[in-house]
Amino acid sequence: MMRKLKDDVLLCLIYLAAFFAEFLLIGILVYVFVKGFPHISLHFLTTVTSVLEGTVGIAGNIVNTIYMVVLTLVIAVPVGIGSAIYLNEYARPGKIVRLIEFTTQTLSGIPSIIFGLFGMVFFGVTLGLGYSILTGALTLSLMVLPLITRNTQEALKTVPESYTSGAIGMGAGKWYVIRTILLPSAMPGIVTGIILAVGRILGESAALLFTAGSGYFLPRSLGGWFHKMVESGGTLTIQLYLSMEKAQYDTAFAIAVVLLGMVLGMNLLTRFFIRKIETAKFTDAGGE
Amino acid sequence: MPQSKISTEKLNLYYGAKHALKDITIRIRSNMVTALIGPSGCGKSTFLKSLNRMNELTDGARTEGKVYLDGEDIYGSGMDVTRLRKRVGMVFQQPNPFPMTIYDNIAYGPKVHGVRNKEKLDGIVERSLRQAAIWEEVENQLNRTAMGLSGGQKQRLCIARALAVEPEVLLMDEPTSALDPVSTLKVEELIGQLKGKYTIVIVTHNMQQAARVSDDTAFFLMGEMVEFDTTARLFVHPADRRTQEYITGKFG
Ligand SMILES: Nc1ncnc2c1ncn2[C@@H]1O[C@H](COP(=O)(O)OP(=O)(O)OP(=O)(O)O)[C@@H](O)[C@H]1O
Ligand SMILES: [Mg+2]
Repeated sequence: MMRKLKDDVLLCLIYLAAFFAEFLLIGILVYVFVKGFPHISLHFLTTVTSVLEGTVGIAGNIVNTIYMVVLTLVIAVPVGIGSAIYLNEYARPGKIVRLIEFTTQTLSGIPSIIFGLFGMVFFGVTLGLGYSILTGALTLSLMVLPLITRNTQEALKTVPESYTSGAIGMGAGKWYVIRTILLPSAMPGIVTGIILAVGRILGESAALLFTAGSGYFLPRSLGGWFHKMVESGGTLTIQLYLSMEKAQYDTAFAIAVVLLGMVLGMNLLTRFFIRKIETAKFTDAGGE
Repeated sequence: MPQSKISTEKLNLYYGAKHALKDITIRIRSNMVTALIGPSGCGKSTFLKSLNRMNELTDGARTEGKVYLDGEDIYGSGMDVTRLRKRVGMVFQQPNPFPMTIYDNIAYGPKVHGVRNKEKLDGIVERSLRQAAIWEEVENQLNRTAMGLSGGQKQRLCIARALAVEPEVLLMDEPTSALDPVSTLKVEELIGQLKGKYTIVIVTHNMQQAARVSDDTAFFLMGEMVEFDTTARLFVHPADRRTQEYITGKFG
């Protein structure tokens, strides 16, 4: 009897905690949405802030954000997946591998502002890239590398040994097996790592303030779209931070809504992709 | 005696300090079924893997002695492992189809060895599935994942996959131990159909199976090959007392 009561009380507490967490989350989302949505307009989304006309727009920041995400991923995804493959499949297990794994894990715990400091000094000054989207992307690459490497490693580890021996037993070489069996089987895990990385890129402010700066203009010519990479450019999160600093809360909340929309959209998209991959692999692969 | 397809001479294998195969000398006849029997841990799988150099995937495994395939030393410097494994295919204890469509499973091996032509692949897929006696069951679902097949179907698919690269030898490590009796029967029938065209070496724990499917039988014990003879003789007049005790179920 006592035990039953104890169980019930515990269950109640668990429900309460879950409800509280959920409620908090939804509460924040609703609050941000209500405060920000009214200030979003087509004009706000498609123009850049003009001091002369006294209008506010975030088109430049949206473009910067896309640049930052794409450029960082272009650098970090191949390197991250490559090092995961190396660590799991080629390196001899031992001290060095464990040291590298330990370092990567530690790397992911370092406050982002330290990455910003390093990026500014090393990429910005030593390599002479200055305040630019490229400097920011290189810095962020260092930050998200552990996420991608780790997730890829874990995903590779879950691929059954029997697949590999089956393929090797038919004469396939190591790299061929990695390409045709291991990587496709590990794809959902790899995609998860990439999503987490994008999340970090979208949310990052401290590391970017020092490295990518806060430019918010749109390129004027075709060449400008290329040159943009070596120009200063603030992402949406940077702009949000700056707006808050200047007490422009309407703009800040509006940007927050846009950011939330991006994150939500990305999650839905990737979930869709992962489901597609899984379906292709484990059930009917499209008709007979 | 017909010509031997594979022969070994004083084959020794060590896992680190563990001496897993001791001076194995055997002549495996061409286009016959050779069964390997013996209690758990006696080195059957190890021996099988040393015939297509799959043992090299195990860290710390060291091989000494000779293994000849058609008279050619497979551990010699002139031997290309890819070619070797094409000629000496393998079927595992647990059916292990790849997480792909049935078609892609079969086409995998030929692609490894450079076949790209779609029509040619189509032909290989059908031929291999027919040879493995599973064509009728899957011909309408070639584009479905192989993961949805039953255990017995999966194993026959794996046999088809091994046949797709046109091997000369098939190594089978307890191919029916994970299967139900009906599927086991099907695989045994299949082995009967395949011999003659292929040289088959099969590991089994099942005495009846060895007696049913094989022409020759080798009895292993603690890394040694105690006895090797035609199946008919070995099961009726074993020369060694230990063989007799094993096949009459006294141990193992
Ligand atoms: N990777 C390995 N490292 C170390 N020792 C091993 C390894 N694989 C096998 N052995 C040892 O070598 C011996 C032979 O193993 P093997 O797997 O060849 O036996 P088996 O006859 O196939 O047994 P079973 O009937 O259980 O499959 C065993 O004593 C086993 O413990
Ligand atoms: Mg075994």
